[in-house]
Amino acid sequence: MSEIELKDNADQPILDVPAIKTFTDHHSAPHGYKRWLFSTNHKDIGSLYLWFSLTMFFIGGAMAMIIRAELFQPGLQLIEPNFFNQMTTSHGLIMVFGAVMPAFVGLANWMLPLMIGAPDMALPRMNNWSFWILPFAFSLLLLSLFTEGGGPNFGWTFYPPLSTQFSPDSTAMFVFSVHLMGISSIMGAINVIVTILNMRAPGMTLMKMPMFVWTWLITAFLLIAVMPVLAGAVTMILTDKYFGTSFFDAAGGGDPVLFQHIFWFFGHPEVYIMILPSFGIISAIIPTFARKQLFGYHSMVYATASIAILSFTVWAHHMFTVGLPLAAELFFMYCTMLISVPTGVKIFNWVSTLWRGSITFEVPMLFSLAFIVLFTIGGFSGLMLAITPADFQYHDTYFVVAHFHYVLVTGAVFSIMAAAYYWLPKWTGYMFNENLGKWHFWCSLISVNILFFPMHFLGLAGMPRRIPDYALQFADINKIVSIGGFMFGLSQLIFVAVVIMAVRGGKKAPAKPWEGAEGLEWTVPSPAPYHTFDTPPEVK
Amino acid sequence: MTTPKIKKHLRILLFSAAGMFGFGFALVPLYDVFCDITGLNGKDYSRTESSTLTSTVDESRTVKVEFVTYLNKQLPWQFKPEIKSIELHPGERYQVSFVASNQSDQDTFGRAVPSISPGYGAQYLVKTECFCFQEQMLAANEEAMMPLIFYIDPNIPADISTLTLAYTLFKNEPTEVAMR
Repeated sequence: MSEIELKDNADQPILDVPAIKTFTDHHSAPHGYKRWLFSTNHKDIGSLYLWFSLTMFFIGGAMAMIIRAELFQPGLQLIEPNFFNQMTTSHGLIMVFGAVMPAFVGLANWMLPLMIGAPDMALPRMNNWSFWILPFAFSLLLLSLFTEGGGPNFGWTFYPPLSTQFSPDSTAMFVFSVHLMGISSIMGAINVIVTILNMRAPGMTLMKMPMFVWTWLITAFLLIAVMPVLAGAVTMILTDKYFGTSFFDAAGGGDPVLFQHIFWFFGHPEVYIMILPSFGIISAIIPTFARKQLFGYHSMVYATASIAILSFTVWAHHMFTVGLPLAAELFFMYCTMLISVPTGVKIFNWVSTLWRGSITFEVPMLFSLAFIVLFTIGGFSGLMLAITPADFQYHDTYFVVAHFHYVLVTGAVFSIMAAAYYWLPKWTGYMFNENLGKWHFWCSLISVNILFFPMHFLGLAGMPRRIPDYALQFADINKIVSIGGFMFGLSQLIFVAVVIMAVRGGKKAPAKPWEGAEGLEWTVPSPAPYHTFDTPPEVK
Repeated sequence: MTTPKIKKHLRILLFSAAGMFGFGFALVPLYDVFCDITGLNGKDYSRTESSTLTSTVDESRTVKVEFVTYLNKQLPWQFKPEIKSIELHPGERYQVSFVASNQSDQDTFGRAVPSISPGYGAQYLVKTECFCFQEQMLAANEEAMMPLIFYIDPNIPADISTLTLAYTLFKNEPTEVAMR
């Protein structure tokens, strides 16, 4: 990256606008609600995505609080079992499709054009559309909770016959909302690919792109490959339930196990969709605060591509217990374990980047370091789950819940937090309150481990997931887990405070607020003007 | 800004997304073909035309065949095998009957869907005649014997000592054409 030299673009007239508070005072920017509704500006749409994601994070989080409140004690105290099932289902759907994925698309919208020196995304009007579909998708999903018979209660994986014969009448609303989410993601992914392939500044070859751009490019290909398969799966559920087809109904010659194959053919690449952009974020932040170049850039790119390709060959490890033949169990076990090789390459590269660096511990760095440690714990429990015979014990227990929350909360969500702190000065033009940021970090770090670490023990002791009540011997640990859950939930309010304070004012941020940061995004002033790189910078 | 190259990429990617949507549906027949070829999943791709019929009975060993029945709760029938299990020499023909009775006051159609475990043993259970080949109708409160004639292929691997044949009986709408 150090060989990149940037053309001085301070002579552009746009940059002469004095002391920009928001972007609205640029002459061509529309005002009021129309600015947001009709926006084709990648920065506005990026902000919309990020705010949307934060809202969904709190709605999904509130559902998690309801779940943990019910599980605080054995027995049924607060809610009906059917409502509990709706909470687990909606929590999963909202966090996956409403919080994590839109956050990454938001980061992509904001940062990709700035990182590759493009004036905007390649398809700005499609960009607007792909965002504005999302509020409708999630309104549909959330409204289904208020229909007679309730919302989706069959788990976010919607296995038939739970989602066909035994599902509530509102299942059609669930299906259409997943369709909309899928269309939005596919359009977002197409935009990312077209932008990266066509809009890079002169001189920025593929192997000079920042890692975040690389990881998003590969993620976008994964999205285009698997989101349509998910759309197909929900369509089959729809016709099975309402139109008398028998894709998954044995009575008509179908097979419910087929659903699991189709779903996890989507589902496994999906988990990499939710973690590859994180790898890109961490690969941007670690070198900045270690003040060293990223160790092993090329191997990082190849590792990301290998993970993406391998992710299509491991789906059946989610269904080891359905009665697969021995050969298939072994194949999927070995392929799953093989994925830990490129993932290990990444972890070692980050650690090598840190080695003998001049490390400082600003908030984005704290989250990134926590990511490396805690994501690795999630990776190790994943390896344990990959062992077929062991999985027969762990399957559908809290061990699985602990595993995927370590990779998704302390993995994906922590990286999104890190990214938000890292680029917040670029977005708002103000430094955030470091002190509060550190409070947010330490509260989150401690509570998230109280929340998720004991779940491993619950799972090994045999507590099944997705149940509103449990045997008495699990009572103490569940109480600890619930307390951790409430603490983690409350800690996130600090994050909202930090973000709102940074939007409203504070210490002015320079163009490059982090001493060791490199990349084109730090060559534009903070806050980034409404239009950037009208003339492309030259990268040598 | 929308150059021809961008339009080209857009077309390719939209086409790929549509293609993957189709691929999701293509997985349905592909799955059946895959299970048929590999004999996985305990699906019983009934080998009624039997070229191995001439093969001799293997007196040196026996294989236990267990009969299990399930009823879909929408079907108001009772459905039981006459015997729970039988020890057979491979190659030996056997006829077993299942007793089905309609408990309701309406004529009902049922269809039996077989499953054999272990899955890789499914291809060695050869049915020459089975009530599961057709849809069955029972008049109100009628009781009927449903016959199954089968034998075990003598090529059955030595490590299979028990085959479990499970029938799940589902309600069929009379207008519906049986799928298989």
